[in-house]
Amino acid sequence: MDRIKVLENKAIQIRKELLQMIYNAQTGHTGGSLSSVDILVVLYYEIMKINPKNPKWESRDRFVLSKGHSVEAYYTILSDLGFFSKDKLKSYCKYNSDLIGHPNVKVAGVEMNTGALGHGLSVAVGMAIAGKLNKKDYKVYVLMGDGELAEGSIWEGAMAAKHYKLDNLIGIVDRNHLQISGNTEDIMSLENLREKWTAFGWNTLIVDGHNIKELINTLKIMPIKKEKPHLIIANTIKGKGVSFIENDAKWHHKVPNQEQLKEALRLLDFQLNK
Amino acid sequence: MFTDTLLELAKNDSEIIAITSDARGSVTLEDFVFQLPEQFIETGIAEQNEVSIAAGLAACGKKPFVCAPASFLSTRSLEQIKLDVAYSNTNVKIIGVSGGVSYGPLGSSHHSLHDISAIRAIPGISIILPCDVHQTRKMTMTLVDYVGPVYVRMGRNTVPEVYSVNAVPFTLGKANTILEGKDLTIIGTGETVSIALETGILLRNKGINARVIDMHTIKPLDKEIIIKAAKETGHIITIEEHSIYGGLGAAVSEQVVQNFPVPMRIIGIPDEPAVTGSSDEVFRHYGLSVDNIFNVAIKMID
Repeated sequence: MDRIKVLENKAIQIRKELLQMIYNAQTGHTGGSLSSVDILVVLYYEIMKINPKNPKWESRDRFVLSKGHSVEAYYTILSDLGFFSKDKLKSYCKYNSDLIGHPNVKVAGVEMNTGALGHGLSVAVGMAIAGKLNKKDYKVYVLMGDGELAEGSIWEGAMAAKHYKLDNLIGIVDRNHLQISGNTEDIMSLENLREKWTAFGWNTLIVDGHNIKELINTLKIMPIKKEKPHLIIANTIKGKGVSFIENDAKWHHKVPNQEQLKEALRLLDFQLNK
Repeated sequence: MFTDTLLELAKNDSEIIAITSDARGSVTLEDFVFQLPEQFIETGIAEQNEVSIAAGLAACGKKPFVCAPASFLSTRSLEQIKLDVAYSNTNVKIIGVSGGVSYGPLGSSHHSLHDISAIRAIPGISIILPCDVHQTRKMTMTLVDYVGPVYVRMGRNTVPEVYSVNAVPFTLGKANTILEGKDLTIIGTGETVSIALETGILLRNKGINARVIDMHTIKPLDKEIIIKAAKETGHIITIEEHSIYGGLGAAVSEQVVQNFPVPMRIIGIPDEPAVTGSSDEVFRHYGLSVDNIFNVAIKMID
């Protein structure tokens, strides 16, 4: 099987596992986790230099999940890679568990606690500056939500990344067009998003955030411009992979019932090897 | 003194990074910028950004010191302090300068009379208020080697020396008894320590033996020294350049009422925008003065 197909199947497996995890916990952020899966799969299985056996390996690439509510996709992938046991996923959001409902550094592989929005980009700027100062060639990836971009602190970070010429920093926006209350353009319009980032001095690209091949081809050539931070607007579908969850803001943190879970897993299985 | 010491230490430790938000003048970082430009980061007027960037640097092994006016740093970036520094347990030192009412007549926008209260309720971060140049130097040397989140609040104005060069006890979380006494205890922190000491000496001349404690670390709090003072002196007065809500007085009284209740007086800034005036005038207006504390002590003992 070719590599693209392997990763497409991996993304389906991750979607199934995260839905089971949300069902088991009876809490979670279903829509945004599903929209970010393909981006995370490409980063973690194809692009980033990491070592699950040595999570603090000094030369590793860094990743910050600024949209911390997509944590179910993140934890599922970290456990699948062996940062911690799959069994531990069952403790997600359970009493006294390390697997809190937003990323936490107690969990192997997590670089920074997130959850409050608008922090991750600036944290990533700090990591990228440290890389430059330490003359390390690691890259720093940060995944932001689109609704999150209404936070003013994002644009403070955007200015600093350009000012410090951080070509080792790659920002990705999970552009699923929905936030908890509805369409981003109705809540607080973001467009023209590409022009905004470009005006802030970033080299900005737009990709299909569910096209594994396109994500790989784009991410593996970063940075394409020296001395510039890079921003990838990944167009996605909130709830991607499960037709009755897709494109519905109600599924921001709705939990599937038993029948819905069964149907979702069936729909995902149907996509395997397609 | 803080920036001089930081510069001296940073020359031998390239991991030390000074960060500011267009406040290199207020913070007196000009020499640092000139001598160690590679170890200096400017974020422009963006307090949230500077704290998050510091957390990212710390996560990669750097020792960042974020230096900016306490009023903005402790409020504008409070969530960054909570999430990126304290909760994430990053080795970031938050240095709030020109704290309290240092900026005097510039008004409440520039005062930080809430910072101890706000940050004290966040788990995982220490709070220090040094009281003079000697302690500031010793504290800075300590903080460079101490791994963990710390908020420091310093004043802007010259204050009397409480300690001397060769006698500056400073252990994080361990308060200093700077005058022994058994009749009552006066506790100060930061700029109010010298007022407490001067009052203690004045009381001594009147035959009242006041114990004076320098509570340089408000968190973690030296509980033992407070309970001991309650038991041995029976009366406690706290003096702080902070709201009477949630600061030194509150921290001390939480220990006193739960362990050995004794009468207490909490001297600080009442729940109102501080009166217009120089820092000295604001202090006197609200009774953060030797005369007033002396009278409070006399009445308390009677």
